[in-house]
Amino acid sequence: MSAVLFLVIAALTVLGAFTVVVARSPVYSALGLVGTLFLIAVLFLSLDAQLLGFLQIIVYAGAIVVLFLFVIMLLNLQAELETLSAPGLVAAAALGGLALAGLVAFGVVRTPLGAPALADGFGNTVPVAELLFTTYLLPFELTSVLLLVAIIGAVVIGKKRLA
Amino acid sequence: MTAPAPLAWYLVLSAVLFGIGVVGVLARRNLIVVFMAIELMLNAVNLTFVTFARARPSMDGHVIVFFVMAVAAAEAAVGLAIILQLFRARETVNADEVTTLRW
Repeated sequence: MSAVLFLVIAALTVLGAFTVVVARSPVYSALGLVGTLFLIAVLFLSLDAQLLGFLQIIVYAGAIVVLFLFVIMLLNLQAELETLSAPGLVAAAALGGLALAGLVAFGVVRTPLGAPALADGFGNTVPVAELLFTTYLLPFELTSVLLLVAIIGAVVIGKKRLA
Repeated sequence: MTAPAPLAWYLVLSAVLFGIGVVGVLARRNLIVVFMAIELMLNAVNLTFVTFARARPSMDGHVIVFFVMAVAAAEAAVGLAIILQLFRARETVNADEVTTLRW
């Protein structure tokens, strides 16, 4: 990806992330989130992670954000009058977040990172799936158990209270 | 065609996104928005994983991101169910009004 294009996409991503945090209505937050997730999918594609780029769109934008929007609609929330914590806490949080991002960025720019040439098919479905079904077979199966538990848990918790 | 963006830029971007997510978790009181900020942080970390996978180059990072996505989906389903029940019991999703585990 050319540097100019990256800067444009990065700026839009940060804008979307800001929308998530500062928007008064949770619906706008969810829309900011979906924009950010789409742009991160584009960045995945530019990093030769084709499978993950499309999974990102399907799983996050297609499932998780829709879940968020469903819950927001079910709760029928009004736009909040007071969306933020106490001003002191907000200032401390902003300062802390800034310091954290600065610290990581400082460490990162001092580390030389090359972009080596890639083998054919890097990030495509077949090589990633090969890795998934050989080296990472056990975690993969455990993931299916985790998802099953989460489904049952969400149904049990989400049911109308009996007692 | 200009020069390609260096990989370090991706890492800086993910650090910024993670910082914004941290601020969202600390500063917002709406539990749903706090949840979204957590998703933002997870995505920032995923971007780091994919960047390093590109730099090494090795696809193990892609597999880890796959697992993170699965765990995030499970976490969102259960967490939103809890928020839904909380709203039924308390008529609020404000974190400041939910300070006791028992009622």
